[in-house]
Amino acid sequence: MTQLWDFTGGIHPAENKQQSTARPIRAAGLPERLVLPLQQHIGDPAESLVQVGERVLKGQKIADVTVGMGVPVHAPTSGVIESIAEMPVPHPSGLNDWCITLKPDGEDQWRERHPVSDYRSLDRETVLGIIHEAGISGMGGAGFPTDIKLRPPKDRKVDTLILNGAECEPYITADDMTMREKADEVVAGLKVMAWILRPERCVIGIEDNKPQAIEAMQKACEGTQIEIAVIPTKYPSGGEKQLIRVLTGQEVPSAGIPADIGVMCQNIGTAVAVSRAVFDDSPLISRIVTITGEAVREPGNFEVLIGTPIDYLLEQASLESSKVNRLVLGGPMMGYTLTTTAVPVTKTTNCVIAATAAELPAPPPEQPCIRCGQCAEVCPMELLPQQLFWYSKSGEFEKAEHLNLFDCIECGACSYVCPSSIPLVQYYRYAKGEIRVQRAEQIKADRARERFEARQARLEREQQEKEQRRKERAKAAAEAQAKKQAEAEKAAEAGEAVDERAAKAALVQQALERKKAKAATKASQPASAEATASEDKPDIEALEKQLEQAKSKLDNMQGMLDDAKAQQADNVDKLERAVAKNHDRVQRAEQALADARKALVGTTESQTSD
Amino acid sequence: MALVQQSSPHAHNARPTSRVMLWVIIAALPGLVAQTVFFGWGNLINVAWCIVVALASEAAFLKLRGKPVAFFLKDNTAAVTGLLLGLSLPQFAPWWVSAIAVITAIIIAKQLYGGLGSNPFNPAMVGYALVLISFPVAMTTNWAEAAMLFQGAPGFGETLARIFSASQTAVDGWTMATPLGEYKHKIASHTATEVLTHPTFGEGIARGWEWVNVAFLAGGLVLVFLRIITWHIPAGFLGALIVMSLAFGANADQYAPLSLHLLAGGTMLGAFFIATDPVSAATSHHGKLIYGAGIGVLIYVIRSWGNYPDAVAFSVLLMNFAVPFIDYYTPPRAYGHHKARRGLPGKNQG
Repeated sequence: MTQLWDFTGGIHPAENKQQSTARPIRAAGLPERLVLPLQQHIGDPAESLVQVGERVLKGQKIADVTVGMGVPVHAPTSGVIESIAEMPVPHPSGLNDWCITLKPDGEDQWRERHPVSDYRSLDRETVLGIIHEAGISGMGGAGFPTDIKLRPPKDRKVDTLILNGAECEPYITADDMTMREKADEVVAGLKVMAWILRPERCVIGIEDNKPQAIEAMQKACEGTQIEIAVIPTKYPSGGEKQLIRVLTGQEVPSAGIPADIGVMCQNIGTAVAVSRAVFDDSPLISRIVTITGEAVREPGNFEVLIGTPIDYLLEQASLESSKVNRLVLGGPMMGYTLTTTAVPVTKTTNCVIAATAAELPAPPPEQPCIRCGQCAEVCPMELLPQQLFWYSKSGEFEKAEHLNLFDCIECGACSYVCPSSIPLVQYYRYAKGEIRVQRAEQIKADRARERFEARQARLEREQQEKEQRRKERAKAAAEAQAKKQAEAEKAAEAGEAVDERAAKAALVQQALERKKAKAATKASQPASAEATASEDKPDIEALEKQLEQAKSKLDNMQGMLDDAKAQQADNVDKLERAVAKNHDRVQRAEQALADARKALVGTTESQTSD
Repeated sequence: MALVQQSSPHAHNARPTSRVMLWVIIAALPGLVAQTVFFGWGNLINVAWCIVVALASEAAFLKLRGKPVAFFLKDNTAAVTGLLLGLSLPQFAPWWVSAIAVITAIIIAKQLYGGLGSNPFNPAMVGYALVLISFPVAMTTNWAEAAMLFQGAPGFGETLARIFSASQTAVDGWTMATPLGEYKHKIASHTATEVLTHPTFGEGIARGWEWVNVAFLAGGLVLVFLRIITWHIPAGFLGALIVMSLAFGANADQYAPLSLHLLAGGTMLGAFFIATDPVSAATSHHGKLIYGAGIGVLIYVIRSWGNYPDAVAFSVLLMNFAVPFIDYYTPPRAYGHHKARRGLPGKNQG
């Protein structure tokens, strides 16, 4: 006897299962058209591989996922691709999505198949490849790609493989009937998954309200080490986290996955799909769907081709369209209402309830919350639904998150028992949605800010680099200047400035020559004076040039000094000294020029006076 | 085929608020019967009068606030407030005292805060506390004594006349203190044995009162059994009162003994019917235990060292103040978490 644990909370809604278990599984048959959504699971949508008008064979891959996470879509029967367009798909939003429409030709002609009889001779990657290529995604609810789920993180060993046959939602009997009628396929699929994962323990959890399924599974598991765990009927024992607690006593960490505690859960239907993929080379092109509710005359379970429109299915179960009031896809606790019967069955469709108004009556009007705490009593995640409700309603999402809003599995137990008939789950969905939007906006804003900051940083860096270069230039110039200055000083000490050597030498020379010339003039030698005058002319030009150069240098130094002052650079003193010296130099040059001119005028006068 | 759009879950099996409240009323009936048997018609008349005033004031104020009157009256919460006040007030409390208590409870303590579900304080206890402070004489001298029933109790008509008479002259033969008041008053100058010879205490613990308390206890257990209330608040309440009595009241010549604390006052009515008002009580199981225990401790403290012989109203109101604080620091550990997230966001994330 397997040891069982209990999970907190939970409710016992009316089961309503016997209606759909009275008949064996029926084949739903071939509808006029099959509508195959390109996205039927969590992950990325597949891309069409076929053209409109193309004939495809049964089992042929017609869409595949090239980028991201997902599984391919296959043709459920042979026929012609009629369209690839946006069509209504089963989704709570009621929005349309891309679908391939296939018009069956009635021949049901298979593509070539390569069944594997001894998968053990293959390596595990190959078998995982077969499961991926068969387009299998979890058939219980969200529909996570099965091959990806079967590859737990490298550092996590799966010790316990659980097959979820609890099926705790009222009305739904698809897994129950599958276990009753296809127990061998279930076990075969479980064995393949167990071979891939090599767990220490394989256990099938079934609620005790399915005695026939339990019996069938026990028979099919005879001689194997697979445990059949009969668990008490309590909603939501089929919730992955609750089932894991019931069967292992462990809890999946918040925001973690079952593999974190060495557990993996797979659905009954998924096991059958894996078995068919491996042993028949048959991709996931059909599934068991429960059609029930008081508005159908012959409720029961159907083996349905994926893509079969719901209205066709309802017809098979003899729908009384005048009686139907609410059409629920999924169970009454977690399913959502359909706006149209034109949507197709997908890989995750497990139940359609065509309910009359009396069967699922509209809830009474919402009353104020009296904080009775019934919701907390039944919450299987041990949350405080009432506080979550207050905070969700008042928009205090931070507080709601603090009280673990995102641990809510939306099982609906709180709403079920609320004496004030407050649609609690609806408030949580709203809050979650708002928080997701806020997060997305936050990320967007963060990115924009990062971009802006990066740009600012770049501009600043560029500015700094520019500044640095300028400083370096200024420094180099100042150094050069200082060097020249030092040399000049040295030269001055020696009697002559180095850089003015030529000029000064020239000046001295001129002065000497002038004296000579004057002497010569005084000696009344006009010819020689003329010669002196002719010698004097280039001197003035040179001096003018010299003055100009000195002036421009002074200007230059002055400019550099101004810049340095503006930037409060450390070479201001040096530059100031340089400017002062240049200033002196300009004055000297001017003086020299003036002297030279005077001398020239003197000679000219003396010449003219002659 | 017009399909209804509805958010999940599609199935509901709630016990509506009106039925929850109806169960509270039903569970209080044994106590009311016991009161009638031992103290005469007073409580029964009070209950009827208080419920009428409660419904009338609730209806009037709902109309003023522009709320759907019938929708809210049908939830039976106003009736429960009236009922609780009718059960708590002195048997011969004048009609206007009861009316003021009820009107205060419904209009000030409940409707002014936003009506059902929004009141931070227990409405009935707000009303009770107001009249206890405002009309101390009326509130302390109008108690019936069980003993007098055996010496010719006032009949229905006489009681009615007493409650609704215009002149409120106190008649000594009718006006008695409660056993706790009697004990507190006399123990200062007498021994416990002497005090207990007073006819109020009778042969058992406190004549009449003990049976009334047992009847409320029984009704309360029914509520627990039906899961209308959880056991946490009464357990915390009674547990703390017992612990305090044992710790401080070992000397019966000084303080009232445990038996009197449990069975001579409003203890059981308070523990199962008043402190458990969900709107103003703590929410998590852990929090409810603390909340209940706080009331138990305060009752003992006020009864023993305060000025009032009974203290349910003040204790409940004081703990109502503490509810948000308790709630912040007593959330349960959620599935998959190592520890509970206490306090407000940003602190002690876990």
